[in-house]
Amino acid sequence: MIEWGLYNYWVVIFLMMTGLYVVIARGNLIKKIIGLNIFQVSVIMFYVSMGKVRGGTAPIEAAGFEVYSNPLPHVLMLTAIVVGVATSALALALVVRIKETYGTIEEDEIRRIEADEDAS
Amino acid sequence: MISHLIPRVLSKLLIPLIMLFALYVQFHGDYGPGGGFQAGVIFGSGIILYALLFGLDEAKEVFRPRVLEILVALGVVLYGGVGVAAIFAGGNFLAYSALAHEPTHGQHLGILLVELGVGTTVAAVMATIFFQFAGRGRTDD
Amino acid sequence: MEGLWALISDDLPALQIAVPLLAATLCVLIRRPTAAWAVAMVVAWSSFANAGVLLHRVLTTGTISYVEGGWPVPWGIELRIDLLNALVLLVVTGICAIVLLAAPRSIDAEIPRDKQYLFYAVYLLCMTGLAGMTVTGDAFNIFVFLEISSLSSYALVSQGRTPRALTAAIQYLVMGTIGGTFILLGIGMLYMVTGTLNIVDLANQLALVGPNRTVMVAAACIAMGVGIKLAVFPLHIWLPNAYTYAPAIVTAFIAATSTKVAYYVLVRFAFSIFRINQTFDGAHSSAIAMMLGIAAMFAGSLVAIYQDDVKRMLAYSSVAQIGYMILGLSFANEYGLTGGLVHLFNHAIMKCGLFLVLACVLLRMGSTRLSAFAGLGRRMPLTFAAFVLGGLSLVGVPLTVGFVSKWYLVLGALEAGLWPVAVLILLSSILALVYIWRVVEVGYFKAPPEGADAITEAPFSMLLPTWILIGSTLVFGVWTSLSVGVASAAARMLIGGGS
Repeated sequence: MIEWGLYNYWVVIFLMMTGLYVVIARGNLIKKIIGLNIFQVSVIMFYVSMGKVRGGTAPIEAAGFEVYSNPLPHVLMLTAIVVGVATSALALALVVRIKETYGTIEEDEIRRIEADEDAS
Repeated sequence: MISHLIPRVLSKLLIPLIMLFALYVQFHGDYGPGGGFQAGVIFGSGIILYALLFGLDEAKEVFRPRVLEILVALGVVLYGGVGVAAIFAGGNFLAYSALAHEPTHGQHLGILLVELGVGTTVAAVMATIFFQFAGRGRTDD
Repeated sequence: MEGLWALISDDLPALQIAVPLLAATLCVLIRRPTAAWAVAMVVAWSSFANAGVLLHRVLTTGTISYVEGGWPVPWGIELRIDLLNALVLLVVTGICAIVLLAAPRSIDAEIPRDKQYLFYAVYLLCMTGLAGMTVTGDAFNIFVFLEISSLSSYALVSQGRTPRALTAAIQYLVMGTIGGTFILLGIGMLYMVTGTLNIVDLANQLALVGPNRTVMVAAACIAMGVGIKLAVFPLHIWLPNAYTYAPAIVTAFIAATSTKVAYYVLVRFAFSIFRINQTFDGAHSSAIAMMLGIAAMFAGSLVAIYQDDVKRMLAYSSVAQIGYMILGLSFANEYGLTGGLVHLFNHAIMKCGLFLVLACVLLRMGSTRLSAFAGLGRRMPLTFAAFVLGGLSLVGVPLTVGFVSKWYLVLGALEAGLWPVAVLILLSSILALVYIWRVVEVGYFKAPPEGADAITEAPFSMLLPTWILIGSTLVFGVWTSLSVGVASAAARMLIGGGS
């Protein structure tokens, strides 16, 4: 068996930085929300990989197995997924309404419209 | 609207199975992998598939938004109600053991009702979110 | 009745969360705005009474521990109420209840009538989240309830009248979600190191593990996440927009509760879990917090002086006041922490009162810009007098609550041997005087604009809660045994490392 070391943390960090970069660098609101999702998923990855016990099986009691993976982080992530779904739904609902009012979902264009309003 | 004949026929076969599977996941969740959240999502995806293939209006005829809204609330009421019922039965909040004369029976009953509450809310929320987004900007009602 | 009380009297901590949650669904089911408001009122006021009973019980019999579902600690979820969160709970539920008095008149002008039942449902959900965050003794639960309250506040903020409310809400949402996710990450690292999520157990395990690198990173993640939710100075950019464009009632509610609970979470993590003054070498983090706090005090107040919109001005003033609270925490001594906690209590009361004044002005004048305040001292004398008193409290004039909290902050600074910081606290109060004076000047000495004759005093249902809050800024400015008494006992407990 190949020892992979702690590669799961590299995956987590990579996803997290990708997500954070997308949130910061993109002006399109939908892309921002996708970035936010990637960011949240990285933390879910973190928890799920933390719960894995080497050589452990799925945490369902069965004859012939001694070592089980830790199910608690998975259960916690069920809640985090729900939070993520709720956040995405709310964010998308806001984006829909922004599109209806401003006619755009590009942040810099929205800012320009708002600045014009302030000036007039 | 283009009539997607093959998907429609196939989905008529599949949707009952999807919903049946949702119920399996729901009620098997007491003992094995599964539970209300997963079941609710599966059930909700059945509704969404129906709406995708037969149109939003048809789907809204079957699953009325008003009813879904009530179901969203009722699921939470069921969950919280079990918790409060446990208090009135003399236990702590959500202490299932207090629900029946025998602790194990109470635990069965408690987890069943709580998961049913979760499943109801999740399925109704999934369908509601889809209906809200899909219905946006198409009609002005 | 007797039998019922005997049945539920031990379950009050759980009911603090369960009842608002169930009432929120009830609001959705009944769909009528007035009935939904009545449900929300009954629930909010009984939660307030409940919080009072819990505080009394904590004062007489000590910390309350309640296990949900009867699972023993540390495996089950514990609700744990000590002096610190009993005080915060009292503030939060009290504000929820009092703000609701003013809600019907104010939101009639801002939210369509057929959507109002949803407003009350979301309001109660937000209250559930805030109360849950406060009473829970489980680190992961803090995250869950934090997200419940945050999601409902995003929804509430987006209900403002102008399209700006939407952009403010999405900005709040993006930043808030990043903050929440950082908290989740930090809690995950703590779980990885200790294998527990119960706060007391977590603290004990961490004391054994010591400050290794994972724990340090976890602390940084949590501080960063809570910092965003709390709007600590450089992370505050969501706050002014969210407060300015939210419906007036929502601003009064959120300004007085959500940042306060976030401050509670920060104190809880810093002193109960990380025991920053014992286990860790807290000097660096204290220095950083102190600098951020002082920067917030000055930057917030300076920006507030140049605002045209009074609502925005008070929003920036909130940034400055959060700076005071952070400063109190950074001293890490008993007086400083007392000052921070007393300021949590006091700032909630006065800011809520001031934002309710703005709700009255908005209702009558249709705007909260400075020009709308011209001659208001004569048109709406009661409302404007409330603003003046609240403003004086914000400045920190003796006999008001603002003075009490600044007094303890200065004492904390002196105890820490930092007299320049004490001078800075007094200097920043002068800045508060400047921005409050601008409004007072316009209100009393400027002629009202044309066609403003029709403006009358705000309705009684909104004046009453405003004056309850403004009156209590005076009461608690003189009678301090509740606020300072509980806060200093809580501070002593936290500095002593207890939980």
